[in-house]
Amino acid sequence: MSIISLIIKREFIAKVRNKSFIVMTFLSPLLFVGIAAFVGYLSAMKAETKRIGIHDETGIFVKEFTSKNTENSEYKYLDLSLIDVKFLKDSITNESYEGLLYIPKSDNPKDLENKIQFISNDSPSISFVEDVQDVIAKKLTAINYQAAKLDTTVIKNAEANVSINLSKASGEESLRGLNEIKIGIGGAFGYLIMMFIIIYGNMVMRSVIEEKTNRIVEIIISSVKPFQLMMGKIIGTSLAGILQFFIWTVIGLVLMFSASLFFGVNVGPTAKIPPEMMHAAQQEFASTAQMYIKELWNLPIATLLISFVVYFIGGYFLYSSFYAAIGAAVDNETDSQQFLLPIIMPLILGVYIGFFTVINDPHGTIATVFSMIPLTSPIVMLMRIPFGVPWWQIVISVIILFATFFLVVWFASKIYRVGILMYGKKPTWKELYKWLKY
Amino acid sequence: MSTILEVNKVVKQYGDFVALNEVSLTVPKGSIYGLLGPNGAGKTSLIRIINQITLPDSGEIILDGEKLQPKHVQYIGYLPEERGLYKSMKVGEQCLYLAQMKGLSKTEAKIQLDYWFDRLEIQGWWNKKIEELSKGMAQKIQFVVCVLHKPKLLIFDEPFSGFDPVNANLIKDEILALKEQGSTIIFSTHRMESVEELCDHIALIHQSNKLIEGKLDDVKRQFKTNSFEVGILSDHVEGLMFDLTQKYTVGQANFKSLNNELKLEIQLGNSAPNELLNILTQRGQVTHFVEKIPSVNDIFIQTVTK
Repeated sequence: MSIISLIIKREFIAKVRNKSFIVMTFLSPLLFVGIAAFVGYLSAMKAETKRIGIHDETGIFVKEFTSKNTENSEYKYLDLSLIDVKFLKDSITNESYEGLLYIPKSDNPKDLENKIQFISNDSPSISFVEDVQDVIAKKLTAINYQAAKLDTTVIKNAEANVSINLSKASGEESLRGLNEIKIGIGGAFGYLIMMFIIIYGNMVMRSVIEEKTNRIVEIIISSVKPFQLMMGKIIGTSLAGILQFFIWTVIGLVLMFSASLFFGVNVGPTAKIPPEMMHAAQQEFASTAQMYIKELWNLPIATLLISFVVYFIGGYFLYSSFYAAIGAAVDNETDSQQFLLPIIMPLILGVYIGFFTVINDPHGTIATVFSMIPLTSPIVMLMRIPFGVPWWQIVISVIILFATFFLVVWFASKIYRVGILMYGKKPTWKELYKWLKY
Repeated sequence: MSTILEVNKVVKQYGDFVALNEVSLTVPKGSIYGLLGPNGAGKTSLIRIINQITLPDSGEIILDGEKLQPKHVQYIGYLPEERGLYKSMKVGEQCLYLAQMKGLSKTEAKIQLDYWFDRLEIQGWWNKKIEELSKGMAQKIQFVVCVLHKPKLLIFDEPFSGFDPVNANLIKDEILALKEQGSTIIFSTHRMESVEELCDHIALIHQSNKLIEGKLDDVKRQFKTNSFEVGILSDHVEGLMFDLTQKYTVGQANFKSLNNELKLEIQLGNSAPNELLNILTQRGQVTHFVEKIPSVNDIFIQTVTK
């Protein structure tokens, strides 16, 4: 045991002292915050107002649009009903108009449903078209009601508005709320696990290859068992990973905090918003923030954090034993490519399933099955957890993960044991299989 | 002389390939034991088994009276043929790490390191990285790592390969000094002249089997053919040759001499050397009369090509 701790210590120190580790650790949070600030800056920039000309021959609809114009809205509607349509159609591209909404004259409103045109050079966004359709449809419906002499207030009162209350079977809390937060948190955790597995798995592999090409490995395994060396290496490297993660968290928090403080102080006064408006905006912001924070607290945070640790350990150990075996099998990093692909595939598959399936149907068959399969479960299950997963599913998935881990370590150590003493040969899959039987 | 290492009918197979076929060895305590054999004979396989790097398929190994077990790693010092160190680690740290792996405490390791660094005059290297050292310098460190924990049994696999002559001599002297202090040394090599110089026992492994084992002198005695090299200045060469070929098998010999004498190699068979000497002295002036002792190289080639 003391020998393993000796190896762990050496591996940890070797990783942490490495210049690239230091650079990576302190540079990537800066990069991350920099990118976040840049994106924030871009989205905060006011989008260019797009001018839409309206030629309304009926005169019924134009007001519905122009009344929507505010200072900050993306689209500015202009009433061009007095100008000749033909001229408008020709000049619309030359003028700085985004497009022309042409509503032809019609006695029967029913005819209008299919006759309205939008003329532009670039095809308009779907949401814009839907908005326009919505406005016209509402107005038309209202006209139809009037024509049929229906009492609109009666109709309004008769309309039912249903909102179902969602709650967990355990009855503890409501799950209704903002799905983006769940997706965001789950996605971030799942993605983080994948990144960590790939980065630190690679480190384990490189360290094995280094020992092999240095030829020190024979000296070392004359004092310790190859299995001890492999486990010491995996654990030592993981500790370096955890340290890096911890530093990132601290630095990231500090930087984000100071950045928001910096922007909050500088941007506020120069914006010159009237006090009452600012107050309203603040209130609105506060209520949204409150909603988000409340939603955050509504997440199964304890489950999430504990699962993150458990799945990280299980997933990382599982994959790094693969990486260690590969490192032992090859002589240099370029030879490792053919073996690495099958390892990275399930990780990528996990992320894809997470982002495409889990988000649409967090408890569907596909999501459930892949959150049980050990190679994808760390990623998929973490993405599912914010949506609420029955505890027995987590337990089964963790048991499968760790059982597979022990199995894989056993196989990997066999390949490792043989591989570290094999020089100069580029092994094939067939040979690896043969090594298992030595 | 008691035995430090006993290898008993050890078998090792890799797939269908038999690397060691019931090999048995007895290494006496305090000896320098030469483990000889051509490439691929199974020497490294055997050494790895003794170092517990791999396990034998069958057979057993007794170290100092006990069956080989994990605690024995600290009694053995191993200098592998393929050797190296962590390139980016500092010399001192690296030696401490490897010494601790062999079971030394940190303070003990430091004392030993100071002793060896002093002895090999490399005190200034403690904080250097291996990648800053030359190959020969790194080999000195390697040697230190191998002997640091005062092992009872030292195993050197091709110890002189890659050493320059100066360092090779230094290491040779250290090996002899270690023997004086009571260590046993197993010595696997192709370099027959160093075997001749250092070893008192040898074993020869060929194609997974042990062919020869024993004291170097005994082995040589076993391989000597009762031949003598003879130099003679004679006026009656024809008569002499007639007499000799009647009794013995006679061949040409090749040795250095100052005179232009007749150089012969004569195989005596069962007769005594004095008989030959009698014939020779009657026919001329004997300048050279030496029993032909087979060199390790001769034994090696003779056994392997047989």
